Amino acid sequence: MGLAREHEMHRRRLGRNLGVGLLLGGFVAIIFGLTVVKARRGDEMRSYEHIRPAEQELAK
Amino acid sequence: MSDTTGISFEALEGEAGFGDYFALLKPRVMSLVVFTALVGVLVAPGPVHPFIAFVSVLFIAIGGGASGALNMWYDSDIDAKMKRTRARPVPAGRVAREEAFAIGIALSGIAVVMLGLAANFTAAALLAFTIFFYVVIYTMWLKRRTPQNIVIGGAAGAFPPMIGWAVATGSISLESVLLFLLIFLWTPPHFWALCLFMNSDYSRAGVPMLTVTHGRRATRAHIFAYTLILAPVAIGIGFTSIGGPLYLAAAAVLNALFILGAIRLMRRDEEAAAGDHYRAEKRFFRFSLIYLFAHFLALLGEAALHQSGYWGV
Repeated sequence: MGLAREHEMHRRRLGRNLGVGLLLGGFVAIIFGLTVVKARRGDEMRSYEHIRPAEQELAK
Repeated sequence: MSDTTGISFEALEGEAGFGDYFALLKPRVMSLVVFTALVGVLVAPGPVHPFIAFVSVLFIAIGGGASGALNMWYDSDIDAKMKRTRARPVPAGRVAREEAFAIGIALSGIAVVMLGLAANFTAAALLAFTIFFYVVIYTMWLKRRTPQNIVIGGAAGAFPPMIGWAVATGSISLESVLLFLLIFLWTPPHFWALCLFMNSDYSRAGVPMLTVTHGRRATRAHIFAYTLILAPVAIGIGFTSIGGPLYLAAAAVLNALFILGAIRLMRRDEEAAAGDHYRAEKRFFRFSLIYLFAHFLALLGEAALHQSGYWGV
């Protein structure tokens, strides 16, 4: 006999999958939002090794 | 045992819903973390971008929740013995211990790294230390060994406003240390009052609560002593840069009532307490919640008045 469509197990799995999906979507939105805020504020976005030596001297 | 679909009920019991995973994070504790951390951010000097503040408080809360999940992983044996904690996802069999551990570790890492990237690494280091302190120092090491467990555990719960302050300023200062002390010294009287009317639960689990090891009389004396030490700290905050007349007035009234409540508890004997089903103890416990909430609310009020220039600053 096949699985009933509306079994409790399916309901819980759907809830979990939706929950994880929403969390991942939220996480992407947070990273995007942080990037926008920091870029607009003019924060240094490059990692240290990507800054040219002259700029490193200035930073000191 | 199977139903007509051929799915065993044992398998279904292992199928956790999304809410079970959320319950691992101790949402009620998280709400206190969110509130106190948010106040820490808002009362600190220096503006914080609203989105940065939101993300920071979110990850402080997730870090707190992660330590709750790790606590449930380690304490699942004693949680199963206590009425208050028996229905938690791990002892109830809805979430496996290993899953709780994996979620706790993963969320701890994500929360610390994200807080560091969103705000600064002072705040992230404080959050990492808070998780370490709550899980390793309190849960794994001292909770089952000393009747002062609540005092130690209270320190972990006291860090969020300090982390919030660090989000805004990138540093630790007198004000943030006093906010830490406010929650740290408030926790023992708050929790011991709960123990006075939930004693049997802790006895059954074999957790050395003060009520079990030293008796209720000593616990009542301890509650009173802590309210006395707490009062000058709470009122002292009023004389720092985040205090003011509004906060001082609130703190004076709240601390007077808290000390009076503690005196009332100390004067009661067990016969009288059992006679009225621990009414005074339950009232003191409820008031302790209002006490903390009102202090932080008054600080928010002060911050709002400072910002509007009402105090002439």
